Amino acid sequence: MKIVTARRISQFFFFLLFLWFCVVSTLGEQWWQLRGWPVNWMIQLDPLVGLATLLTTGTLYAGLLWGLLTLVLTIVLGRFFCGWVCPFGALHQAVGWLANRRRKASRMMAANRYRRGQGVKYAIIVFLLGAAAGDLLDRLLALPVNMPLVAGGIGAGLLLLGTVAHYSKSMSGLRWAVSVVCIAIVWLLLGLLTDGSRLLAASLQTGLLDPIPLFYRSVNLTLLPLVDGRLLSLSSASRIYPGALVIGALFWTAVLLNLRIPRFYCRFVCPLGALFGLLGKNALWRIGQKPDGCTACGACDRHCEGGCEPAATIRTAECVLCMNCLDDCRHGVMGYHLHASAAGEMAAPDLSRRAVAATLFSGLTAAPLARLAGLTDAAWNPDVIRPPGSLPEAEFLQRCIKCGQCMRICPTNVIQPAGLQAGVEGIWTPMLNFRMGTSGCQQGCIACGNLCPTSAIRPLSVDERLGRKSFASRGPVRIGTAFVDRGRCLPWAMDRPCIVCQENCPVSPKAIFTRSEYRPVRLEGELQLQGMTDNRLLFHGPAVPAEQFATGDYYLTVGDDRGLPPARISAIGAGGIVLEKNPFAGTAAEGDRITLLVRLQLPFVDPAHCIGCGICEHECPVKGRRAIRVTAENETRVREHRLLL
Amino acid sequence: MNQTTEEEILLTEPSIDRREFLGRCTRAGLSVAAAGTLGIGFYDSHPPEGSVAENGSLRIPDYSRAEMKGHICIARGTDRAATVRQAFAALGGMEAFVNPGERVLLKVNAAFASPPSLGATSHPDLVEAVVGMCLEAGASQVIVTDNPINDPASCFALTGIEAAARQAGARIVLPREALFRRFSLNGGRLIRNWPVLYDPLTKVHRVIGMAPVKDHHRSGASMTLKNWYGLLGGRRNIFHQDIHTIIQELALLVRPTAVVLDGIQTMISNGPTGGSLSDLKPTGTLIVSTDPVAADAAGAALLNKQPGDLPFIAKAETAEAGTADYRSLVLKEIHTG
Repeated sequence: MKIVTARRISQFFFFLLFLWFCVVSTLGEQWWQLRGWPVNWMIQLDPLVGLATLLTTGTLYAGLLWGLLTLVLTIVLGRFFCGWVCPFGALHQAVGWLANRRRKASRMMAANRYRRGQGVKYAIIVFLLGAAAGDLLDRLLALPVNMPLVAGGIGAGLLLLGTVAHYSKSMSGLRWAVSVVCIAIVWLLLGLLTDGSRLLAASLQTGLLDPIPLFYRSVNLTLLPLVDGRLLSLSSASRIYPGALVIGALFWTAVLLNLRIPRFYCRFVCPLGALFGLLGKNALWRIGQKPDGCTACGACDRHCEGGCEPAATIRTAECVLCMNCLDDCRHGVMGYHLHASAAGEMAAPDLSRRAVAATLFSGLTAAPLARLAGLTDAAWNPDVIRPPGSLPEAEFLQRCIKCGQCMRICPTNVIQPAGLQAGVEGIWTPMLNFRMGTSGCQQGCIACGNLCPTSAIRPLSVDERLGRKSFASRGPVRIGTAFVDRGRCLPWAMDRPCIVCQENCPVSPKAIFTRSEYRPVRLEGELQLQGMTDNRLLFHGPAVPAEQFATGDYYLTVGDDRGLPPARISAIGAGGIVLEKNPFAGTAAEGDRITLLVRLQLPFVDPAHCIGCGICEHECPVKGRRAIRVTAENETRVREHRLLL
Repeated sequence: MNQTTEEEILLTEPSIDRREFLGRCTRAGLSVAAAGTLGIGFYDSHPPEGSVAENGSLRIPDYSRAEMKGHICIARGTDRAATVRQAFAALGGMEAFVNPGERVLLKVNAAFASPPSLGATSHPDLVEAVVGMCLEAGASQVIVTDNPINDPASCFALTGIEAAARQAGARIVLPREALFRRFSLNGGRLIRNWPVLYDPLTKVHRVIGMAPVKDHHRSGASMTLKNWYGLLGGRRNIFHQDIHTIIQELALLVRPTAVVLDGIQTMISNGPTGGSLSDLKPTGTLIVSTDPVAADAAGAALLNKQPGDLPFIAKAETAEAGTADYRSLVLKEIHTG
């Protein structure tokens, strides 16, 4: 079997595997549903997810250790992931091949030549990692301030080393000592400057362009909802994702750019490819020419996927190991060797120290600038309701890679990608919109946290979510609190009975309770008692239509307030108004005023019981802007949002 | 000099040959004709209708059996499956309700995504038993459906109804958009041009309604009549403004073969969602009736209420959907172990 055939099989396999994982990320017990499928495996294999969250959080969460495997293999083999595993790369390669298969060899060679723009992806990754590194840098800089003994010890050790070196005459101890002291002073100054300041912050934005989260997000939120139907039946109600246009536009732009230049995204944009390019600098094997036999025909450039110029000095950092040059070379010159290419090789990407420093600096300053908006503390947006189990906002933003897995698995479609509600940093992070979906956030459901690959949403147990057993003292997980808008609520503002919110409140005892009130009904005139037989009242005055007032919700009193309870109207006909019971028989006189009353149950929210599930908001019959709405007040994840004593 | 000007004239005023001219005229003429035909063909002088026109042609059949009219069995027991079997047996067995080869629809209460132990939904044991009886009576197919309040798939899965129904050999129909049709109830005031879970209703010969007895703050009680709410689609919540009238209309919407009212346990408080075992009270009663109004009237006692406390019962009776005086029917009272 030819090596390129093996590569195609591998790409096809991982592409199908990826699609399969997307499809089976459906709640249920069928074999094609979630069950035990490792649907996050592709994300976990992506070392950029692991590296970036390691920078922001200081730990490598659970399955993200898989990234280490990719990392190690890349160090030894080069960018094998791009050419052999990455499903997004496979898609680009397929589209690029389809678009360009009729083009002449000379045009293809031109399309596949190296371009300076391919350096942009290194700028992207340096910027993104810079934005993620603030916390780590802060911790490092704080070392001399927090642990002066340790820092002093290290400094003394280095000085001692310099002294030893000086007397063993292997180097100039003086220069060594001067640099150690200089570094120590700068370090200490920076540490003191950043200590307690907001100069450094970490923000995880790799997910915007990291190909694996990007591909998951695009498929989950923009492709599957479109094709879900009779043939592929994933959800009973059609799914809605606001902002899908932008998510989809990014995806299709990336795909269609292959028509201009094959694997455009991989060559110019992909931060993961850039990371691999940097890591593969010392790869043991790499593509290159044998010492002799090359006729300089240039055939190896024709189908080069990475734009790494194998015919000339090969740029190993750009090589995606597609192996096409091995296949195209008619003289057997190209190979995957331990030795460098005979035509020369450039192992590391062509980066200027100044550009890297400037980009890193931009990344480092972007995160604290974004935080100045205050959305992670004082200016928090109460409309951003995070899924149950989400970490406090700053920590949440340090973990969420915007992959959309929580939105995909949510059985009620209530988890939605944020636009700018959570700030620029929070774009495409999950938030709950109770107006959409099939129901609010279901009380016993823990799907999102258990799928989240980075634990931005903690994996809760049902007991923890509901506050049972060992969690009884903490109470249930609250994601917000419902507030009745008395200006829009039917019983409060419009004298119409309703209390759908109370009916649907799922907690016991209900967080929504009612207080009854009898309110006089608006009539065009006054009703007067004409006569009375048993439960039947005859009256003068405006018409009282049965369909409106004999519904079981309307009552009346006769005469002025004599302390008698209102009586329910059971029927209205030609013979007058029929009451269920007539307490007025003894006291009422002809000509007394009849007051028609509607019995209203007015809803109230008890914040001690409300968990913010939003089922009330979802069910509220005032469908535009709901008359009861949940905001993030009293959410469990941030103590500062507490509402009660 | 002269030559140059001549050349310039030739360049600036090019001629067209006859053949090309005629060709272009023909193509232009055809294009004009095509555009004109399309434009006139699609011409519409009327503005679009503001709302969807009413479809008055849809009918929901009467699923009741004339010979079984006015039968009710009030069974006391603790085991749902055994009690419902004996209750049906007391009324002549499921064979009296379902003929061999008929298709049966069970309208269960799967409204909430909560476990069976909390009693907010039809109990899986009961569903399994009734499905089993229908199939034993020779039913060719049993369909179980509801349009729940919470997410449909979650509701059927978490309530245990899906597993129980499948186990017993029934098919679950989840409420897809395509299964609803805009329906107007004859003489109805609220159910007008309203989406109703119509498709499953037209595919069966018999309908059995199954509901637990539950506290309901707005209507007073949720029993077999309120249970038909789950056949409505759309923004059905707005009917809560006139809850008793909508229940009256629902009683007219479906004339079931039988209803099964499960009061083995009663949700005495915090209904209709419940959420805690303390909301439930053992009441050891199961009612099978061909008259849903009578079933609800008999069931009211389990909530410590009189039928008169529930206006929808009187309204349904007035509309001739049944009788509240269940003692006037063919009444069997049985005790099971």
